[in-house]
Amino acid sequence: MKAYKWLILLVLILVISGCSSWGVKPWERDFLAQQKMQLIAEPVEMGLDDHIYFSKEGSSGGRSFGGGGCGCN
Amino acid sequence: MTKKLDKSKAPLGSTLAAIGCALLQGLPNQVQAGELEKWDVDAAALIYSESDSRVQAAEPVISATRNFDSETKLNLKLVLDTLTGASPNGALPSDQPQTFTRPSGNGSYTTPAGELPLDDTFRDTRVAASADWSAPLSRDWLYSVGGHFSSEHDYLSMGTNASLSRYLNQKNTTLTLAGGASLDTISPEGGLPVGLSPMAVKGSTGFSSDFAASRSGSEDNKQVTDLLLGVTQVINRRTLMQFNYSLNLADGYLTDPYKLVSVLDQPGGTTQEYRYESRPDSRIKQALFGQVKYQLGSGDVADLSYRYQFDDWGLNSHTLEFKYRWDLGRHYLEPQVRWYTQSAVDFYQPYALESQVNAGLDEVTADYRLGDFDAWTLGIRYGYQVSATQEAYTRLSLYQQTTGDFSSATTPASGDDIPDTTAVMWILGYKF
Repeated sequence: MKAYKWLILLVLILVISGCSSWGVKPWERDFLAQQKMQLIAEPVEMGLDDHIYFSKEGSSGGRSFGGGGCGCN
Repeated sequence: MTKKLDKSKAPLGSTLAAIGCALLQGLPNQVQAGELEKWDVDAAALIYSESDSRVQAAEPVISATRNFDSETKLNLKLVLDTLTGASPNGALPSDQPQTFTRPSGNGSYTTPAGELPLDDTFRDTRVAASADWSAPLSRDWLYSVGGHFSSEHDYLSMGTNASLSRYLNQKNTTLTLAGGASLDTISPEGGLPVGLSPMAVKGSTGFSSDFAASRSGSEDNKQVTDLLLGVTQVINRRTLMQFNYSLNLADGYLTDPYKLVSVLDQPGGTTQEYRYESRPDSRIKQALFGQVKYQLGSGDVADLSYRYQFDDWGLNSHTLEFKYRWDLGRHYLEPQVRWYTQSAVDFYQPYALESQVNAGLDEVTADYRLGDFDAWTLGIRYGYQVSATQEAYTRLSLYQQTTGDFSSATTPASGDDIPDTTAVMWILGYKF
């Protein structure tokens, strides 16, 4: 389990340190502005799925939070 | 005890329309038309259905976003959740019929020999509402604040959240810090069971005093605090990535008041009695999450995400999700696949032994949702662009949760005795 945590943190650090060479110019944001390219492209669908998985499994969240609890898990 | 729905109330849709019209009544006509254009609404309904007469749910949702400019917006969401059917009560199947006392103490139900014990007490309606506001603080900073509220007959949840984001590198990098706090109140039917107390047997002499002895108070609270640290990075014109670390702290009443644990004389032996489960009063969960979105030359979008979650209850889980939006011009087809695997919490056992109970067992759950299992979801979503601002969509998915044999030196169990879950989910929605 510890190996997993450090590997993921390492990837995170690499992303941050390498980020000055990544990216687009302001006029290259055509695709990124599209709804289908948003990180949460379908918030209503994600909200419904999160509620199902929160009720049926032992894990929740990670991507975002908020929206309320319920007496299901 | 079934909660009666007030059938005289107007359907949700026309109530919301009436509210909208009332709000706009004071405005001149051209302002009215302009106002409506700035709202984006996504209205959908989920039908969820488990096999073997288990949980059935219908969940309509309406989400409305008022865009003030490209970065300033208000989102209002209303969800209704109606639940019927039956849920496993935590007890193990037996080769004898089993009778359980209802959580309210008024009545009992019997499970035939060889079947998984299911409690059908859970007919309930939940209403949840949330509001979220986000706006820029300056060229480089964005903030958001929000609140949520959720209510059902035995559970109330209220909370607030806030976040701060900082743009770097010409908005190619975004750092986000988010926090949330909520207070939940649990008021179970029949009152709060005393953890590990024996289930009083309906119809037995001394039932009233036994039932009273298994109860302590009528309600309790749970406080939840969330923290999220995230980095979003634009890689190139077609690629976006996100990494999040999140922390969730829960304190207070974390037990499921309706769940029981079968007490056996020995592994594979006979059920002697049932005890109420008991979970620790605090839980610290942490998760690492990563996501990448990539748009292909065809306009198709691939979305891959992974979450690793671990907590101080001993539960570890991995979630891998992949969605591929196949762009077909006026419409799209999006197959979705999710794989989930979970390892049990430290105090999970499919049943308990008399010897353990007598030795002072104080934390135990037989709730399969905290046990070991794998789960697959396969889904397909279809959307049709009705006009430039309107879309109709639907999604059909199948969820399959599978449990294997539980290997343990003290309480081994066959996978056949631990519930699997199969569910079909159907979403129908419209954006306008």
